[in-house]
Amino acid sequence: MQSSEFKIGDKTFKSRLIVGTGKYKSFEETRMAIEISGAEMVTVAVRRIELDKSKDSILNHLDPKRYTFLPNTAGCYTVKDAVMTCQLAREAGLGNLVKVEVIGDEKTLFPDNEATLEASRLLVQDGFQVLPYCGDDVVLCKKLEDLGCVAVMPLAAPIGSGLGIRNPYNIKLILEAVKVPVIIDAGVGTASDASRAMELGVAGLLMNTAIAGAKDPLKMAQAMKLAVESGRMAYEAGRIPKKLYASASSPLEGLIEL
Amino acid sequence: MQLIINGEEREVRSQMLGELLKELDVSFPHFAVALNQQVVPRSKYDTTPVTEGDKLEIVHAVGGG
Repeated sequence: MQSSEFKIGDKTFKSRLIVGTGKYKSFEETRMAIEISGAEMVTVAVRRIELDKSKDSILNHLDPKRYTFLPNTAGCYTVKDAVMTCQLAREAGLGNLVKVEVIGDEKTLFPDNEATLEASRLLVQDGFQVLPYCGDDVVLCKKLEDLGCVAVMPLAAPIGSGLGIRNPYNIKLILEAVKVPVIIDAGVGTASDASRAMELGVAGLLMNTAIAGAKDPLKMAQAMKLAVESGRMAYEAGRIPKKLYASASSPLEGLIEL
Repeated sequence: MQLIINGEEREVRSQMLGELLKELDVSFPHFAVALNQQVVPRSKYDTTPVTEGDKLEIVHAVGGG
């Protein structure tokens, strides 16, 4: 039995786990972790080529037939930089799905939501399919949907913090308010965080550090794959309501009488 | 001729962008170029001249989240 597929823009995915490619020890470890995670969409960053250095590239280790690339604008603090980074990514042949990330604060890496709205607007107009990393604010997510984003990606906790889902109620509100897929981006620490996120009913989950930073990234990749699948299946199956008192699982009739 | 490539001054011989990329041995499968803050389409590399003081950004995909 499998959980349902999900669509982002014009693409359909079986796996609801999207993984980053940063912080691994080697390209080989990256390749193996991603393969084990079962992810079909992977994020990459866009950076200056180091002239006179190794010509090896992460893309030599990831089969473009197997993975959809999601270039990000990580490290951008302005609308202009984010827009230019996406345009460069498209010209580099990385497709037109982009993760827009405009950072507003160095310490928390929280997004500059105003700049994220503006960058997303410009990029949608330029023909991109935009997935914005954004605050877990329902009004903001609604605005991002209204301007044409193909998904919204509220954070669960600060990037790389591993704090888990800090505000499940806000995520619930966002799920009720928007029709585009809601993908939780950033903050997951371990498998139970991933399951809990999926049990809320989000369409997908994007993570990097939780896998790459684990003691055994390959084992954690497998754990996250299972957690995302089981969380989603539990959501689709529909959990029982919480009750204060017990309700017996065994029949009350036919008890022995002594 | 001096150009500023990825933030560093560099002495180059090439007059055209396409030629320059060969001179710099840029051979990644996926890369892109911005010349003075404008993205240059791949199809225009051979017809885009580079001149003294131009600022070039040559980028590619790296691991990231």
